[in-house]
Amino acid sequence: MIPKPESLFSRITERVLGFSAARLRQSLKMGMKSLWAHRLRSLLTVLGIVFGVCSVIAMLAIGEGASYEAQEQIRRLGSNNIIIRSVKPPEEQVTTTERSFVVEYGLRHADIQRIRSTIPGVKVIAPARVIRRNVWVANRRADCDVIGVVPWYTDISSVRVKRGRFFTDEELNRDMNVCVLEEGIAQDLFPITDPIGQSVRVDADYFRVVGIVEPRSDPNGKGAEEKTDQNTSQPQGAPNRMYIPLTSSKSRFGEVLVRRSTGSISAERVELHEATVVVADLKDVVETAQIIEEILRSNHKKKDYEIIVPLALLRSAERTKRIFNVVLGSVAALSLLVGGIGIMNIMLATVTERTREIGIRRALGARKKDITFQFLIETVLLSTTGGILGVLLGLAIPFLITHFAEMRTIVTLWSPLIAFSISAVVGVVFGIYPAFRAANMDPVEALRHE
Amino acid sequence: MSDDNTIVRLEEITRTYQMGAVSVSALRGISLVFRAGEYIAIMGPSGCGKSTLLNILGCLDRPSTGRYYLGGLDVSQLKDDELSAIRGARIGFVFQSYNLIQQLSVLENIEVPLYYQGVPEKQSRERARYLAELVGLGERLDHKPNELSGGQQQRVAIARALANDPLIILADEPTGNLDTASGKEILAIFGDLHAQGKTLVLVTHSDEVAERAQRVVRLRDGKIEYDSET
Repeated sequence: MIPKPESLFSRITERVLGFSAARLRQSLKMGMKSLWAHRLRSLLTVLGIVFGVCSVIAMLAIGEGASYEAQEQIRRLGSNNIIIRSVKPPEEQVTTTERSFVVEYGLRHADIQRIRSTIPGVKVIAPARVIRRNVWVANRRADCDVIGVVPWYTDISSVRVKRGRFFTDEELNRDMNVCVLEEGIAQDLFPITDPIGQSVRVDADYFRVVGIVEPRSDPNGKGAEEKTDQNTSQPQGAPNRMYIPLTSSKSRFGEVLVRRSTGSISAERVELHEATVVVADLKDVVETAQIIEEILRSNHKKKDYEIIVPLALLRSAERTKRIFNVVLGSVAALSLLVGGIGIMNIMLATVTERTREIGIRRALGARKKDITFQFLIETVLLSTTGGILGVLLGLAIPFLITHFAEMRTIVTLWSPLIAFSISAVVGVVFGIYPAFRAANMDPVEALRHE
Repeated sequence: MSDDNTIVRLEEITRTYQMGAVSVSALRGISLVFRAGEYIAIMGPSGCGKSTLLNILGCLDRPSTGRYYLGGLDVSQLKDDELSAIRGARIGFVFQSYNLIQQLSVLENIEVPLYYQGVPEKQSRERARYLAELVGLGERLDHKPNELSGGQQQRVAIARALANDPLIILADEPTGNLDTASGKEILAIFGDLHAQGKTLVLVTHSDEVAERAQRVVRLRDGKIEYDSET
């Protein structure tokens, strides 16, 4: 015959603790009653645990959110990718702003050729040019990065076509005036009409819109919402993007970029702003990056490029996160330790205060074990109540932070669970000593205590 | 040796306290027999060993030498847990300062010994209610001790002492903190209990209280000076 669960549980508790489930229930009730009798004291006692648990959960949530965000950004670059960017060398920055020479720097098509011919594992190289221009449709204007790319750009970046298509090899080879708009700018320029098939103007050239791509995935969809303002051509955050064939970019806008800043004009000559190298095998990424570095170093007089390896960034982000977790863990352990000591302190005072009660209970038949259990239950009740309050508060704080500070926070399932169990463990660990002290009082002495 | 209705048999009980280098003898060879239904008053000046004797009778303390049989069972050298069980099942205590647990109600105070005997909640509640009515506190079941007068508190304590239907009730100066009227009430209850056949041992200073007892044992310097039985 299968015993009823109640009686089974009762037998287990009886075997383990020497108490039946009914006794356990009664003890819990008694413990709650005596804690409730000193509400304020109980509350103040558990504050340490409350804040400990709450800060663990909140900090974990914030840390997790931040690291997720960072990793997401890196992952968007692609872990198999190596990104090479043109960087203006610092020493020339000074001289040119004054004399308005045309500065030449950055990646060249020749570099790309060299990389392609030297390294066997390289799959795709997608060079890109970035030019900041105003885009017009009739009298509507939007500030945007006009990016000259190759058709296979979509394979290696996170850019996804939403409607229409990306431009083709043929359009690249014949440097045709076609473009693909990001959704945000498309909505700005064509608020009512369907942009596909329409034309937009950049400087003197018209480009036919062939497709719309999704905004670069900002988790909150912020990229889509932050539209270019009609009056000030300074958009907030990342500017919108418009993609055109790389060849068209070169032929329409030339390689010399003129920048007008207050009081001076500077011109730069940059062939390519960016190139993405895709490495077939993940484990070759770092080595390939080193080879590329060497190729570029031997062909460039100055360091006018930078090499970004998302994989390395990802690994360092993971390392940072581990360090963060260790620091957080120590802070949490420390705060729970302090909380536990606080509880122990109060429980010791309580035991002394209730010496008489202990004596009475012993005279009326309580075993040492009963007294230990009574005080242990009170301590555990205190600490778990603190744990529950802390969890609630700890869940509320990330929510509020996300709501008001617009920071991403992630509450993992295990963080409240762990924080709560630790608070229960703290209760047992720090409750044992006061409980033993209570149980080991001499009943005669305890009864005489005033 | 012992006739059937012997409840307590003390054989040459001594109790010595070690105070640093000095040892103090509180009891120096006490031999006594209490029979069922007896109403005994233990008297004597301060420091004569009354309290020590009561603690040993109540199994709160163990004799240094000698044997103590309670209801035929040798309890003189039992382990702590076993003594707790004996106290809970066989002994009822009434103290001078009532010794109720302040945060518990009248009913809950009466239930405490039942709780440690593992009596199920429902049964113990019924028993406590019955006892509270027995001592005339049926109206005040949910009051806290500090809402009661001294006499009422002592009645709760008596109800609590009766909860487990003990072999013997030990009372330590039960009227010491009470005014004359309440003291008389308490003594009347003891009289009733005696009439019902309970065994009562009462420690007192007062001749007036002792007069009501059936038998008086007088201690001096840890020895029996006088026993009205012999």
